[in-house]
Amino acid sequence: MHFTINGQSHEAEVDIRTSVLDLLREHVGLTGSKKGCDHGQCGACTVLINGRRINSCLTLAVMHQDDEIVTIEGLGTVDDLHPLQQAFVRHDGYQCGYCTPGQICSAVGMLDEVSKGWPSHASADLSDPAFDDAEISERMSGNLCRCSAYPNIVDAIREVAGDEPDDRSAQAKDDVMTREVAA
Amino acid sequence: MKTFDYAKADSPEAAVRDSAGAGVRYIAGGTNLLDLMKLQVETPDRLVDISRLDLATIEERADGGLTIGALVPNSDLAADPRVIAKYEVLSRALLAGASGQLRNKASTGGNLLQRTRCYYFYDTAARCNKREPGSGCDAIGGFNRILAVLGTSDQCIATHPSDMAVAMRALDATVVTLKPDGDRRRIPIHDFYRLPGDTPHIETVLEPGELITHVELPTPPVGRQAYRKVRDRASYAFALVSVAGIVRVENDTIAAASLAFGGLAHMPWRDAAVEAALIGQPATMATFEAAADALVAEARGYGSNDFKIPLARRTLIATLRDLTEA
Repeated sequence: MHFTINGQSHEAEVDIRTSVLDLLREHVGLTGSKKGCDHGQCGACTVLINGRRINSCLTLAVMHQDDEIVTIEGLGTVDDLHPLQQAFVRHDGYQCGYCTPGQICSAVGMLDEVSKGWPSHASADLSDPAFDDAEISERMSGNLCRCSAYPNIVDAIREVAGDEPDDRSAQAKDDVMTREVAA
Repeated sequence: MKTFDYAKADSPEAAVRDSAGAGVRYIAGGTNLLDLMKLQVETPDRLVDISRLDLATIEERADGGLTIGALVPNSDLAADPRVIAKYEVLSRALLAGASGQLRNKASTGGNLLQRTRCYYFYDTAARCNKREPGSGCDAIGGFNRILAVLGTSDQCIATHPSDMAVAMRALDATVVTLKPDGDRRRIPIHDFYRLPGDTPHIETVLEPGELITHVELPTPPVGRQAYRKVRDRASYAFALVSVAGIVRVENDTIAAASLAFGGLAHMPWRDAAVEAALIGQPATMATFEAAADALVAEARGYGSNDFKIPLARRTLIATLRDLTEA
């Protein structure tokens, strides 16, 4: 089978039962994506397929031969960290680090969803969702952190969202500023 | 996971032709099916991959309703401006379910066909009439906190886990299918699901190989819409009780009401007696209590889920209060 992972072409002979997660870890040698529960409950395996965040443990490799798969290894390198990776370091957004690749891939997908105007369960107005800590927590609820670094994860994501140039994120930054002033 | 044959369908017609035999399953998002296959609760011989069929669009019909392709992901359906503007209860229900990652993968058709999250259905060492007909039910008399209090049988007390389907039931959606013989069917959601009875393994009226191609929403309802979900944690958990409500008040009197319930039964629950207790009545607490009494009149707890009966009453009353406030 043929796959496109982090912009590179890969050929792999895999059993029909192989999940995208097992393809990445066991056949391509990309072990950044983690196997936590293997049942879509923890989010440690989150990757981006065609730009969307999904649980790579709950989908078959054979179904994604024509897709663009992006993992944590495709977002940044040790020498050139992705802004979210930098922010997670700066805000201490992890302890053991096992959930972190999934958290970061999920946050990348989540911020893209926010930029498209997608609402969440936390949105009072579905047509014009705000972007605040409650929204970040709700939108990231598919990524568990057993070390419970949640407050720092939220801080890291909020900072990066604020740095994005588009209007919605600028609005988010304004909201943060307003809150700080109010506090 | 047991191994299987795999084929990718290039049209709905080809998919249903490829569906002959008891061990065939369609796979779209796969978020529930693959989970169950890993546990060997589902052991299909053959998967027909329908994920790339041209069924992922939402079209507005001349009557103002929407026709939703079966492969529209839950995320896209929840974020569709037409759904938000005219069927807010559906958007709210979708957003109350699962996680961002799962909603990106899960399809509209697959969401309707989710299997129960009953612990004993998932545990292949337990007895379960749904998983293995005739084996018994370890949920009755077991840990049944999350299970049903309405429409149960002595064979099965499973609940349907979907939030989306509860909103679809309140909205009177129609499920459109293609059968292996080429016939199309339009099945009102009212008739789509079955109670467990003596055959809890048969959950819908779909025939073997019948493929959901679309879900139709009728002309948008008039009135306020709400989806209220009660669960064990604030996000990413199945409903203990949920209510999808659409209510229209005119001159302080309830002119129209449509109410469906999740977490209570083997199917998204709707009871004409609840709506009859509301329509034509003043929007007062006494009216809401009468409707709540009608909802739980036939309810039966199984020990650890007894709490769902008063919880369902209160959740309905709170939803009606929200929907009728000035």
